[in-house]
Amino acid sequence: MSIAPVELERPIADSETVLDKPWVTIVWNDPVNLMSYVTYVFLTYFGYSQQKAEKLMLDVHQRGRAVVSNGSREEMEVDVTAMHSYGLWATLQKDD
Amino acid sequence: MALHGFRRTRAGRVAIRLDGAERGLLRNLVEQLREMVQPADGPDADPADPLAALVGIDPAATTPTDPAMLRLFPNAYGDDEPEATAEFRRFTERSLREGKLANADLVLSALEGAGDRLVLRPEDVQPWLGALNDIRLTIGTRLGITEDIEDRPAFGADEAELVAYDLYDWLTFLQETLVRAVMGLRPPDVS
Repeated sequence: MSIAPVELERPIADSETVLDKPWVTIVWNDPVNLMSYVTYVFLTYFGYSQQKAEKLMLDVHQRGRAVVSNGSREEMEVDVTAMHSYGLWATLQKDD
Repeated sequence: MALHGFRRTRAGRVAIRLDGAERGLLRNLVEQLREMVQPADGPDADPADPLAALVGIDPAATTPTDPAMLRLFPNAYGDDEPEATAEFRRFTERSLREGKLANADLVLSALEGAGDRLVLRPEDVQPWLGALNDIRLTIGTRLGITEDIEDRPAFGADEAELVAYDLYDWLTFLQETLVRAVMGLRPPDVS
């Protein structure tokens, strides 16, 4: 009896069939947006806790970017549009 | 210019004192923003394709070449996805413009005929924040503003540029005090 891991026969999923939140919304740092305002947007739009909103804001500010949400491509397009309406600089991309 | 920011009133609203000159200055800036964000054919003109306009599609929307416009209407995808970027813009830019226009109009109508004391309704807060932020984005981009105070021009620099920095700082103060007032935070220290 082999002790090698059992090889399950399963098709290799192509990118279109991966349904597990494959897209992300990224907010980028810019020199104009206020730290307080960015926190306000994360609280107001996403309904995140104060702690999570501040953590994400600090990531944007200190690391230059933060993933603020994930989901389907359509959901991320909605989030990116909302960020642009608030004046935040956001893009969406496939999660890598 | 006396520095009065937004404050929370006892009734739980946010209010600000703005004198006539400050209101005039703000109105002028918001009118300029209005011109910038207005859809190319304007809200009153017959759009080329009324049905497309009705559902928020602008077939002519392309990536702006003006950096300030690009900051107000950023690309939604990275540079390696020009087709997705273009398509997203065609389907969303018109409604984004209309939203920013509605913010500007709300601020203008609040300033219209206002006295020295202006009280915002709760539903006015987000449009005010959005419009103040959009004007700051525009001026900030034009000035090439950075997070480093050392990059500011020194005294003796171009007068118009110094005025623009003063305006930018005033708008920053208004926005910061408004965010803090609605979030129930202490106003920033003003020296």
